[in-house]
Amino acid sequence: MATQHSKAAARLMISPAVVLLLGWMLVPLTMTLYFSFRRYTPLRPGNEGWVGFDNYQRFITSSSFLDSVGTTLLMVGGILFITVVFGVLLGLLLDQPIWGQGIVRILVIAPFFVMPTVSALVWKNMFLDPVNGLLSHLWEFFGATPVDWLTQAPLFSIILIVSWQWLPFATLILLTAVQSLDSEQLEAAEMDGAPPIKRFWFIILPHLARAITVVILIQTIFLLSIFAEIFVTTSGAFGTRTLTYLVYQRVLESQNVGLGSAGGIYAVILANIVAIFLMRIVGKNLDA
Amino acid sequence: MARAVTTRKKAAYTALAWAVGLLIFFPILWTFLTSFKPEATAIADPPVFLFFDWTTENYGDVQERSNYARYLVNSIIIAGGSTLLGVLIAIPAAWSMAFVPGSRTKDILLWMLSTKMLPAVGVVYPIYLISRDLGLLDSRIALVFILMLINLPIIVWMLYTYFKEIPVDILEAARMDGASLKNEILYVLTPMAVPGIASTVLLNIILAWNEAFWTLNLTTVNAAPLTAFIASYSSPEGLFFAKLSAASTMAIAPILIMGWFSQKQLVRGLTFGAVK
Amino acid sequence: MGRITLEKVRKAFGDVEVIPPLDLTIEDGEFVVFVGPSGCGKSTLLRIIAGLEDVSSGHIEIDGTDATTLPPAKRSLAMVFQSYALYPHMTVRKNIAFPLRMAGFSKAEQDKKVEAAASVLNLTAYLDRRPGQLSGGQRQRVAIGRSIVREPAAFLFDEPLSNLDAALRVGMRLEISELHKRLATTMVYVTHDQVEAMTMADKIVVLQAGRIEQVGSPLELYKAPRNKFVAGFIGSPRMNFLEGAEASKHGAHTIGVRPEHIEVSAEAGTWKGKVGVAEHLGSDTFFHVHLDGESDPMTVRAGGEVGMSYGDTIYLTPQAERIQRFGQDGLRMT
Repeated sequence: MATQHSKAAARLMISPAVVLLLGWMLVPLTMTLYFSFRRYTPLRPGNEGWVGFDNYQRFITSSSFLDSVGTTLLMVGGILFITVVFGVLLGLLLDQPIWGQGIVRILVIAPFFVMPTVSALVWKNMFLDPVNGLLSHLWEFFGATPVDWLTQAPLFSIILIVSWQWLPFATLILLTAVQSLDSEQLEAAEMDGAPPIKRFWFIILPHLARAITVVILIQTIFLLSIFAEIFVTTSGAFGTRTLTYLVYQRVLESQNVGLGSAGGIYAVILANIVAIFLMRIVGKNLDA
Repeated sequence: MARAVTTRKKAAYTALAWAVGLLIFFPILWTFLTSFKPEATAIADPPVFLFFDWTTENYGDVQERSNYARYLVNSIIIAGGSTLLGVLIAIPAAWSMAFVPGSRTKDILLWMLSTKMLPAVGVVYPIYLISRDLGLLDSRIALVFILMLINLPIIVWMLYTYFKEIPVDILEAARMDGASLKNEILYVLTPMAVPGIASTVLLNIILAWNEAFWTLNLTTVNAAPLTAFIASYSSPEGLFFAKLSAASTMAIAPILIMGWFSQKQLVRGLTFGAVK
Repeated sequence: MGRITLEKVRKAFGDVEVIPPLDLTIEDGEFVVFVGPSGCGKSTLLRIIAGLEDVSSGHIEIDGTDATTLPPAKRSLAMVFQSYALYPHMTVRKNIAFPLRMAGFSKAEQDKKVEAAASVLNLTAYLDRRPGQLSGGQRQRVAIGRSIVREPAAFLFDEPLSNLDAALRVGMRLEISELHKRLATTMVYVTHDQVEAMTMADKIVVLQAGRIEQVGSPLELYKAPRNKFVAGFIGSPRMNFLEGAEASKHGAHTIGVRPEHIEVSAEAGTWKGKVGVAEHLGSDTFFHVHLDGESDPMTVRAGGEVGMSYGDTIYLTPQAERIQRFGQDGLRMT
């Protein structure tokens, strides 16, 4: 419902955003695509040229690729598992009547606002350090041998750090979803004689299904590109090199741009697969 | 109807919730406390919680040794600049989509979101080259633009959902009252959407403030914001717990406070309306 | 001056034609009411005049100049919306001054005109409040105030009273009529309420499915409806329609008699029936009468106090000269 005037105005007003994003998407991506088909090593110039799908082939057949995919899956999967499970539990807990609910909420949400470099460094030094870290003191207190977390369990350590950062996000969204549950439904189930476990399983969990899906998808998008946490803690050593980090190393550290670009294209494809699912859900909601 | 809950039950839930809340918050609290300890106390075994000689010398040291203020200014300029620029570009776009929806509006919205999902490593080298050729490496301008672009989809989306709640009648009334499009947006839409615009700005400042891929990779000295400032503590300064804590506290405090104010909008902003 | 001419104006949304080509002239200073059931296209027609919707084809002239493609801001029309559409972030004063501000009046002129409008509309005491602090009637007055300050060529009202309660509605109806008399500016008023149409209009435009069924003064429509639709729509309670044998007696497919044109008797009359529900309004009593051999009840008006109740036998006699006759095509026969 609009006139030609307003339609024309609308097109004009939306165009800066569209043009900018289109440029942001197309220009660098086209360049990456171009590099990915070439030999391109700026630090050792002189042997540029077309190599067809060589880079793709080399990237995917190198042992570091498979390792990085495994690491990525473990890391993303582990973080998702922790944040979703604890997010549901915390969401349910915070929905209960408690004194000082607002303050507890603020405490729980806080890690989300901590910049990744800070949380990585604070955890690395003040908690996970084998000598002075708080966890070492705790281990000693119970008579155990302190663990050198970042070398003995580096993947787990990073999962722990990132989960700590993302648990607030999952909790907040799942809490919102829990709060939107019609309490009459639960009361009806209670009247029907369903015990708490069954009420959780048959009513609460299905109600949360959508929110959980959204949490998983959005977190996956962000988690696939985890960077600072690895950069600051292990720099990709000890089996913590994810696909993102591998591409980063190829492109920026060893400046093998051709090879790294092919890896970048793989990362783009991977992210797009996740994105399609997220878009479906968001799109459906847009119609409603 | 909420049911009456026995006090005992409530007390139990309260105790549990507070315990979990404090556990999650503990790393931040610990960092805060440590920032006031003398270096020796910071690594004392067993650890000391509250009863130590509180000192603020760490904060002075951090500023003196690594010029915290310069990084702070960079963070403010980059986070604030990218957000303001993004909002300026997003308001007209969100106006279009909210009030003159066409058959392709939904596709455009979804497409904009999808650009948000482009992995940074996939485009980092081209962006590096473009910045270098434009002479913008290690410049705040480049980061303002890049962070504006990566957050633009979220800004457009959030503003769109807020604008949708404004009755179109009122904008039409402005048109009948002789307002040009510019005046309609400036004097009617924007003031009415102030709460929505404010929370959009807040959330995006937070996201830009904490962004740690582009800020680490495209800056060295001049444009480096607080993310890079902290990363420089990686080693060996990281072993000085008290100074690390003071630096960390200074880096996160402003945003933590903003974050607490914006927590209600967080769900809406980060789920693109998929969870209400 | 505010003469508005629509020439072959047509509106389609995609494939759906909501207004087939239509001609209409609204004379300067006239109070014209568009009336019709919901979905008849009356609001769309008003929005087309306002410039908030495009025409699909045809021409609109306002004040003798072609306004077909002019944006709303340039048509020098003012509109009062059903939702009032006040600016919630501005005080009443700022709301009323907004059109003046947009037109570039000086601050002093703005103040003068706002004060004048406010005193006409009894809003002086509320000038520094915000719309949220006002009652429905006050908001309505602010909306009117906002529309009069700019001295437009014509006022457009889009169902302005439908959000008010019944008592307030009557009051505002009078105020708007009074305003029209005082300003003598063209007003185009959309409503689905035929009582508003009858009481306020100089000229009523009855619309159905985007078509104009009839244009005329309230009394013309009442006395000489062009067809069955207009006859049934104008007048309250509705006209009674009879088909079949009774209609044939008058040489028509359908006959219509208004409730107020039927004599009621307990002893004798043309038609015999039983009293159904009786609605006592004090001044009048409306009986729903079930005529022998007719399925639909007939509504008749009797005086204030009639000693008849549910189930009583009743005789009805229509005033012969007031019977309207309609042909098979629905048109009134003359």
